[in-house]
Amino acid sequence: MSEALNLLLVSVLLFNFLMLGTSRMRAVIHAAGAQGMLLGGAFLVMHGASGPRAVALGIATAAIKGIIIPRILIGALRSQPIRREVEPFVSFTTSLLLGALATGLAVLFAGTLPLAEADTGELLVPASLATVLTGFIVLTTRRKALTQVVGYLTLENGIFIFGLTLVEAMPFLVEIGVLLDVLVGVFVMGVVVEHIVREFSSLGGDDLTELRE
Amino acid sequence: MSLLLLAVALPLAFALVALAIPSERTRPWVLPVAAIGQLLLIALLGEQRETLAASGGNWLGLDPLGTLLLGYLTVLFACCAFYAPAYLRLRPERPNRIFCTMMLVFFAMMNLFCISQHVGLMWVAIETTTLSTAPLLYFNRNRRSIEATWKYLLIGSVGIALALLGSFFLGYSALHAGLESSLVFGDLVAHAPNLSRPWLHASFVLLLVGYGTKMGLAPMHTWKPDAYGEAPGLVGALLAGGLTSCAFVAVLRCYSIVVAAGEGAFARELLLAFGLLSMAVGGVFMVRQRDYKRMLAYSSVEHMGILVLGAAVGGAGLFGSLLHMLNNGFTKGVLFLSAANIHRHFGSKSTDQVQGALRVVPASAALFLLGFFAVTGAPPFGPFLSEFTILRAAVAGGRTGVAAAFLALLLLVFVGMGATVLAVVQGEAPAGHAASRVRERIPQLAPIVLLLLLVLLLGVWIPEPLESALGRAARFVEGPP
Repeated sequence: MSEALNLLLVSVLLFNFLMLGTSRMRAVIHAAGAQGMLLGGAFLVMHGASGPRAVALGIATAAIKGIIIPRILIGALRSQPIRREVEPFVSFTTSLLLGALATGLAVLFAGTLPLAEADTGELLVPASLATVLTGFIVLTTRRKALTQVVGYLTLENGIFIFGLTLVEAMPFLVEIGVLLDVLVGVFVMGVVVEHIVREFSSLGGDDLTELRE
Repeated sequence: MSLLLLAVALPLAFALVALAIPSERTRPWVLPVAAIGQLLLIALLGEQRETLAASGGNWLGLDPLGTLLLGYLTVLFACCAFYAPAYLRLRPERPNRIFCTMMLVFFAMMNLFCISQHVGLMWVAIETTTLSTAPLLYFNRNRRSIEATWKYLLIGSVGIALALLGSFFLGYSALHAGLESSLVFGDLVAHAPNLSRPWLHASFVLLLVGYGTKMGLAPMHTWKPDAYGEAPGLVGALLAGGLTSCAFVAVLRCYSIVVAAGEGAFARELLLAFGLLSMAVGGVFMVRQRDYKRMLAYSSVEHMGILVLGAAVGGAGLFGSLLHMLNNGFTKGVLFLSAANIHRHFGSKSTDQVQGALRVVPASAALFLLGFFAVTGAPPFGPFLSEFTILRAAVAGGRTGVAAAFLALLLLVFVGMGATVLAVVQGEAPAGHAASRVRERIPQLAPIVLLLLLVLLLGVWIPEPLESALGRAARFVEGPP
């Protein structure tokens, strides 16, 4: 079990780097979606044996984070006819270096925190923190509103990984509520992005400067 | 328990009704009807309070904080709901179906927040308020409002995501200590002394930053001026009075676990730092502020600072802070609703165009002016009493430096805010408005007058049931002395 889980988590980390290093928006969205799929898989590996509810939740996670949310984002991307590049504030090399730094820091930080015995040696906590930090990098260094949504999604993916340790404490309904909130959140953000495109005829971000002191 | 869920189901049912009504003129009346229903329900819940109290591993229940907040939110919502039909009649050009529906969904989620005893459920409720208020902010459908909505949505969602991570850390601190994994507040407080310290510390920082973003504490307040500036005044009142109070209670619930774990000193330092910084940022940005709705947003940042500062002082300071939560909410209601009346008449929210409001819309302008005196802590209004309570507790606790900074910042706010408010209400109205002294309609004024009377009442006399509710809530947070 631990082998399979570690494999999944390493793949999650690889998709972090893919997200930071690629210029095509579509690829970034797909990377976040693939991450969602892997998370659904990780959930099944860790908790699938504990009953039909857990299986349903794992499949729902994969479906929502891996299929539905990327589709919403691709839909919002289509509302924009040209310029489907990410357009970061910093170069891709710098992004990747920041990503590597964040991953290193996550491993160090997880090392200083005491882990429960069952989780020592597993990549769970470092992978979670690294993905959260990657989400932050995407959120702060990317210009377009749609890419920022992907950043939020990555952040949320990272938090989800941490949540894998706590499934017993989360009632089924609350887990579903969290998932639905993310889904509706991305949906609403997608709608707002489409409105931004209509109002400003660009994918927002750097045009949103009318409100300031 | 099913009785408690009614507090969520009732507004949701009315939301469906609002969605179904075809007439733009009739639909806003669903809001006051729902408010009356909610008032009756709260009276019923009040009688059953003992049986509904939070207990054991239940993830629904009324703790003293939730009880206080639920009662307060109902009164605030009722005042805003009775204002809504008059306001929406002034905006016939804007469809209000989504507005009325989302208003009720928003209220239902605040109620869900009050009754949830599970860290995860509480998170779901707060996140859903963010999502349901986004369409409310976008009511005006222009460039400025889409920008404000985007910032609100993104900053709010990211902040609240950090709170989720903090919640998980909290759960992990129990798991690490070998305790049975639980995220129910009652269990966490009971097991607090055994929780793993490093995880508990990290968790409180994340929870404070996360829910602090929703409160609008500096430096996570950047969404606030845009959102409050562009939102309809009615929404501003409910955000500044309702949602921020919910986020404050979320912080207090998490704080109570840290206190029970014997790590209160660590948390108090953090709360104090955020409190003073928020008061300073709010005060500085209020000086020479020409947009009177953005000014109200900075006033909200400042008062959120006062709330966490009071909690950091502790003891009587926490009591004052909880009282201030009510005072601030009701006063913000007065200010946002009267500002909305002024805004509607002048069609601008800049002091360049809005002057002499006392001559043109005398009643609304007078209420706005009185609201200003109340919010800056002038006696005999409620905020004076609660701010004075916090100040006295700070001095009594030997924190004279904090008390001095508190007073200096209050003075800065008074001067800064005063200049803008006086520019709005005094002087001659700009050409074109001078002759047109309009008749202000009673439905637009009565809810504001009622809110002002509440602020006045809380300043001169606190009813015994409220006083004991405040005392219970304060003892609940800090535990037995």
